[in-house]
Amino acid sequence: MSDDELGFPKPLFRRLRTLPAVGPFRPATWRSPLRGPWLTSVFAIVLLVGLPLVTITGLLSYIAYGPQFHQAIPGHVGWLHLPYFAWPTRPVWLYRFTQGLHVALGLALVPVVLAKLWSVIPKLFTWPPAKTLAQVVERLSLALLVGSILFELATGLLNIQYDYIFGFDFYTAHYYGAWVFIAAFLTHVAIKFPAMRRGLRARSLRRELRTGLADTTADAYEPDGLAPQAPARATISRRGALGLVAGSSLAILAFELGSTLNPLRFTALLTSRGQSYGGGPGHFQVNRSAATARITPADTDDTWRLTLVGNRGEAVSLSRTQLLSMPQHRASLPIACVEGWSTEQHWQGIRLRELAALVGVGRPTYAHVRSLEKRGAFNQATLNTDACRDPDAMLALKVAGDDLLPDHGYPARIIVPALPGVHNTKWVSSIAFHGAA
Amino acid sequence: MSRLPSPIALTRRHYGAHPLQLLALLATFALSGYAFYRASMGPLPVRMLVWFVAAIVGHDLVLYPLYALADRSWHVVSRRRRVQRDRVRPAVPAVNHVRVPVVLSGMLLIAFWGTISGQGDAAFFAASDHHFAPYLGRWLAITGVLFAISAVLYAARLGRAHGAKVAPRQANQTSAGGGTTR
Repeated sequence: MSDDELGFPKPLFRRLRTLPAVGPFRPATWRSPLRGPWLTSVFAIVLLVGLPLVTITGLLSYIAYGPQFHQAIPGHVGWLHLPYFAWPTRPVWLYRFTQGLHVALGLALVPVVLAKLWSVIPKLFTWPPAKTLAQVVERLSLALLVGSILFELATGLLNIQYDYIFGFDFYTAHYYGAWVFIAAFLTHVAIKFPAMRRGLRARSLRRELRTGLADTTADAYEPDGLAPQAPARATISRRGALGLVAGSSLAILAFELGSTLNPLRFTALLTSRGQSYGGGPGHFQVNRSAATARITPADTDDTWRLTLVGNRGEAVSLSRTQLLSMPQHRASLPIACVEGWSTEQHWQGIRLRELAALVGVGRPTYAHVRSLEKRGAFNQATLNTDACRDPDAMLALKVAGDDLLPDHGYPARIIVPALPGVHNTKWVSSIAFHGAA
Repeated sequence: MSRLPSPIALTRRHYGAHPLQLLALLATFALSGYAFYRASMGPLPVRMLVWFVAAIVGHDLVLYPLYALADRSWHVVSRRRRVQRDRVRPAVPAVNHVRVPVVLSGMLLIAFWGTISGQGDAAFFAASDHHFAPYLGRWLAITGVLFAISAVLYAARLGRAHGAKVAPRQANQTSAGGGTTR
């Protein structure tokens, strides 16, 4: 072996090369004939399309929470955010779509990520582990890449299922983990894109999909490559392996999509998100119950009053009966949770801009909503200009033709199109409008 | 040749890659270092770091070896059984009829672990006053259905393989050797 391929410092890399390869570091350990540039590149291109979508929709969710009003978590992220913009209210399904995509696609990509890692794992055990400093540095960045994608998937999966065994704050961890992933992913793509293109050209997808087990052969061996030195007999074809991964993704989706799409509700057999509790359309998923929020019947009986506050401190107090005697607005709007579930419901209530007009704010720029709930991270929310002025934005009193259930915010809750679920404050006690007359 | 090698050629030879590769990787470390730094200002940064490292170790050195070993041992055991009982290779290999339901069921378990295991139930009940439905039973039922479908398909394929083996022999007998043989 020549020393030409060794980089600086040569004595170190020469010494490393003389150490004997043991256990999984011996090339003979890796025998699957399916491993090779083509299969890895197929998984790679799926992830190259899918993971940026998951990442961007995640970053958009941060914007949707309204960092301008200091209500996105984590609060101070330095430079680590998309350019801020006011989250729009149109199309009304915007947040349902972006966040539903974030969660469903993230789940569906779990098998693809695991398959991709399976296909490249011999690289973890190359011997010698490095021949140049360039390889040392690249391997460090791969630790960031693998660590961050697994960290993001694990924390995301656990969080949507209320399995908080990680103990730390989910939002903080998932958000900064995403930036580690972004950094490592961009560089990995920049370095490996040519290899992926070569890999994809190595075989024809159409031909592979027609090749059965009997004709499945290994790729040519190259030192430091992905194909095995001594391949075993194939026990599954490449199309079989691809089918298995795709089938796994579809199986996960089949059980997940019922948490976002009303007609598929019955298929959500393995997720508690987006349930119907029976008793009609208004009995949809509850994230936070009235009991948890310590809302007592005494808080919400006939003595309940909605307080509206205007710019110059003018206040109006309204009972539920008075609100019901005002012009009622009706709209079918989705409510979508950051955890990926959503449901479309038929709401009835008073337009926010009409409530603003009652306290002399004709052109609201923002509004601050408070809940009867004393504690809790989401017992208040600030609504941006679009949210205050949207013709469908309302203080809802009824859903699906009936009074709101206590768990859904009776006597009144906010419903704003395309707003993250938790900012549609329940058990509203007051709204302060700011803006010009 | 007295021409000095270019800086790029020098970097390639001593560092091992184009200087741009180094620049891109340094940018990666800078950006992710900054993300780690921001995260370290929040609560429980050490715990996050432990989970980050555990994610790598858990996959590369625990999950992967476990499933690779399970797959390998299937092959070893089935080969040994064949040798012991002096059998020939079965007409239809059974391995993928086990692999496929195991992988599908395993992926569902990973994706819905918090729900199936019931680990999320306490927090969910505390927040919503609702319990998780009996998801473990559902997952077991789904797994059972997957294995049943796989078994039916296996039986069908075995039957077809036997039929294919028997049919040409019968064809030969009836046509008194006049037909084409395989």
